Amino acid sequence: MPFIPHTEADIQSMLAKVGVSCIEDLFDEIPGELRCGGLDKVADSLSEMEINRLMLERAEQDGRFVNFIGAGAYEHHIPAAVWELTTRGEFYSAYTPYQAEASQGTLQLIYEFQTMITGLTGLDAANASLYDGASGLAEAVLMAVRAHKKGQCILMPTTVHPVYRQVVESVVTHQDIAVEEMGFDQGTGVTGMEALEKLDPTGVAALVIPQPNFFGGLEDVDGLTDWAHANGMLVIALVNPISLALLKPPGKWGEKGADIAVGEGQPLGAPLSSGGPYFGFMSCKQKLVRQMPGRIVGRTVDMDGRPGFTLTLQAREQHIRRSKATSNICTNQGLLVTAATVYMALLGPQGLAEVARRSHANTRELVSQLSAIEGVKQVFSAPYFHETVLRLDSPALDVLRALEAQGIIGGLGLKRYYPQLGDTILVCATETRTGEDIAHYVKEMERIISKRRLDPPCAQKVADSR
Amino acid sequence: MSHANNDLRYTQSHEWVIQISDGAVEVGITDYAQDLLGDMVYIDLPEVGDNLTAGKECAVVESVKAASDIFAPISGEVSEINEVLSDTPEILNQDAQGGGWLFRMIPSDAADLNGLLDADAYQALVEPDAG
Repeated sequence: MPFIPHTEADIQSMLAKVGVSCIEDLFDEIPGELRCGGLDKVADSLSEMEINRLMLERAEQDGRFVNFIGAGAYEHHIPAAVWELTTRGEFYSAYTPYQAEASQGTLQLIYEFQTMITGLTGLDAANASLYDGASGLAEAVLMAVRAHKKGQCILMPTTVHPVYRQVVESVVTHQDIAVEEMGFDQGTGVTGMEALEKLDPTGVAALVIPQPNFFGGLEDVDGLTDWAHANGMLVIALVNPISLALLKPPGKWGEKGADIAVGEGQPLGAPLSSGGPYFGFMSCKQKLVRQMPGRIVGRTVDMDGRPGFTLTLQAREQHIRRSKATSNICTNQGLLVTAATVYMALLGPQGLAEVARRSHANTRELVSQLSAIEGVKQVFSAPYFHETVLRLDSPALDVLRALEAQGIIGGLGLKRYYPQLGDTILVCATETRTGEDIAHYVKEMERIISKRRLDPPCAQKVADSR
Repeated sequence: MSHANNDLRYTQSHEWVIQISDGAVEVGITDYAQDLLGDMVYIDLPEVGDNLTAGKECAVVESVKAASDIFAPISGEVSEINEVLSDTPEILNQDAQGGGWLFRMIPSDAADLNGLLDADAYQALVEPDAG
């Protein structure tokens, strides 16, 4: 049976009723230049065998590497039970249910997810998820501006992920919200309190605090939070969920705690899979809950006093508030949230803390061994979680390419995002990296770096001799 | 205690206004409006000091059925808000034209009140067949 409920006759009768001749006419207000035209690269249909082969080929393009890159997406071990349970028919949908209250199991799972997120972040209420960490941060910025009412400016440290900053800029610029970037201390790699004192806090709705920041460094979250609150701003915490198993939760930052916490949920049970799908999470203080975007599941009792779950605070949402809704987010990453909930339930607080501790220890081991090589130096002095920046005395991208030829993804070259940092790489070793992986990386790095120093390429020799 | 219908001025969008002693006016929504909206769950009020423009949205009342904008009946500055509503929004259902007032404001021009509907005109608006 086709999943299209309308017959050709139904369609014709509806079109006649609204007074147009074909379905295409319903879209005629979209200017031609905004249309993508035909999708010639997409086949009309493929057999199961053909699609399997195509997808396998696409997946294999990623190659098989030993990975030391993090930079926003992290390779963690995912217990087999996570996706075995998540892909059961009862859960297998990307959407929150339309006939929500008929899907008590899904609602209960989302409620448990929200509960876990509030537990990790130390805040009062969480939503059912967002698209990803970057768009989640943009939503948090919009939320802070709505809640603040007076300020139309956001303070954004440049230690926030560069792609996140671009996404926020794209989303908020046309809503008359200014994003003011503030630099970091070149010695520590975190936001310096001295830089803050020079800022004019007038009209600023919120300060974003990344913890850990893009360089892996741990910001002075207490000092920053108290400074922001003393200057009438809200605090948006941008956090890595795994790190929260060890670090102080945003709800406990400073005297009063961060107001909103947001982050990328991928580390909680989602594979890297070429960049997605991932999901975002968000939580906040109780008094801001009506400004929160997205769906929120609540626990209640029915007429007979039996516990049940329901979508709550729906007046924030687009099906009720239309253009004045807190967000147009509605459909969210339900399947990823299911995986994250199963992942957190399987690991428990101790398991999660163990993942965090081992990732930290592995990165320390990697950094200590790498920086013992002549020509490799750690750049920043602030403590880090499971990622940090190294400076190379050779062109970083060439070194990364040489490592890749040996089957190693050695880190992210930072020059593209932070030209002032020169030949630096951002490295990460999660709990999935073994001692052998690290030794292999260190050996290859040593060989590549020393070879470059002793034996410059021929073109370089010619240039030098002139 | 509720204000008598005849003492109030009304808008087409179901707000009421009354002149109170100190030159300020008090603003709320009509009993008719609260009855249509149903049980109130949340009231989002303006802040003291906000400058309101007649006809522009200035507050939101959220009921179990809908979230509705409240429009400023006249222009002026908010001088006081009804804090009680934040914890007990149901007062709006119980006493829309008295204890359920939303905010008080200092009109930019008190004469603007004369441009609003009187009780008879409002009654005719909500029950056109009654007369």
